[in-house]
Amino acid sequence: MSRVRLDCRRLLCPLPVIRLQDRVETLAPGDLVEAVCTDPGVLNDIPAWCRINGHAVLERRSEQGEFILLVEVGAGA
Amino acid sequence: MSRQPKAVALISGGLDSLLAARVMQEQGVHVEGINFYTGFCVEGHTHAIRKRDRNRPKRNNALWVAEQLGIKLHIVDIVEEYKQVVFNPRHGYGAHLNPCLDCKIFMVRKALEWIRARDFDFIITGEVVGQRPMSQRKETMPVVAEESGAQDLLLRPLCARNLPPTLPEREGWVDRERLYDFSGRSRKPQMELARHFGFEDYAQPAGGCCFLTDAQYSVKLADLWKARGSKQYEMDDIMLLKVGRHLRPAPHFKLIIAREEGEGNFLRGYRSQYDSLTTLSHPGPLALIDGEVNERELELAARLVARYSQGRESERVELEYTRRGGESRRLEVRPLPAHEIPREWIL
Repeated sequence: MSRVRLDCRRLLCPLPVIRLQDRVETLAPGDLVEAVCTDPGVLNDIPAWCRINGHAVLERRSEQGEFILLVEVGAGA
Repeated sequence: MSRQPKAVALISGGLDSLLAARVMQEQGVHVEGINFYTGFCVEGHTHAIRKRDRNRPKRNNALWVAEQLGIKLHIVDIVEEYKQVVFNPRHGYGAHLNPCLDCKIFMVRKALEWIRARDFDFIITGEVVGQRPMSQRKETMPVVAEESGAQDLLLRPLCARNLPPTLPEREGWVDRERLYDFSGRSRKPQMELARHFGFEDYAQPAGGCCFLTDAQYSVKLADLWKARGSKQYEMDDIMLLKVGRHLRPAPHFKLIIAREEGEGNFLRGYRSQYDSLTTLSHPGPLALIDGEVNERELELAARLVARYSQGRESERVELEYTRRGGESRRLEVRPLPAHEIPREWIL
């Protein structure tokens, strides 16, 4: 299992979702992606994208204007 | 066909593509969605930037549609490739800088590449004959199928019975009799079908979901091209055209002046790429200077920014001018009276 960090700062939705989607395509089920974003829209869009594509948001937090979501790649990836 | 037919649906996030996909699901077709990101998409950006919009409930409509349908959605970044569609639309622009017909052809062509790479069988769209003045006319619907290369692999479930049968219909993968014959600009049949399927709260964007259909945005984009001497843009350019007041006092420079705090915060992120002005003596906006200015022009720019600050009625307003390298200095100016701002400066 690997854990990668994805820098989506300054990107506006849906670009963070696209970056996450493209990264997830290179990973295996169970791998983790930590997406660091500044557009609060990701708090809706990334969980929605995960729900429809079979991935899980394990954690979401905000720190100093950044929104950090930890995504676990699902079995359907 | 010995297996379940598979179709990809172009999902814009509006009602028509939602219904078209559901009609196919009703016929047992496996549907996945594809959504193209051109950079000109309306939703999201202004929402994310403007402070007053930040607390409004926000959703990405394409993702919402996919969730309603229970399908996967593939969002494809076509920003770079799409430039050629915007620069040189073979079929011309619509009322503004919207190359709607070329856009549709391009997207269907990309969808065709997508299905070929993934062993899908056909493409569906929510197009309706006569729905839109440029890309969805009876004469242009075959043009999309032809020039995209999709030919009879392109099925429009909402108006299929007004069009010649496509391959999925002829092969019996879908039942033509259970497709629809919608036409014209009325939304009533779609709304009725939405009720039938139990869809509520769907998006109904007025004038489409693309900034290129917006008159004001198109004026600013045309101005950018004129100022640069050629049709070109980068992602930052098209983002900045969505933000702030744009004033061009001279062909070689313009000002982008934040209209509120959220825009100011957004523009602040560009201060390493542009010279900027901000008021010190009074609350006021942050402004970027796009272009090179001499001392006289800098003073004019400062007077304009002061005009949009709370010091507009004051004798003097103090501002800070920051070069993109970080070096800064102060200057003091008399705000420019409103009547001295020619209308043609305001884009």
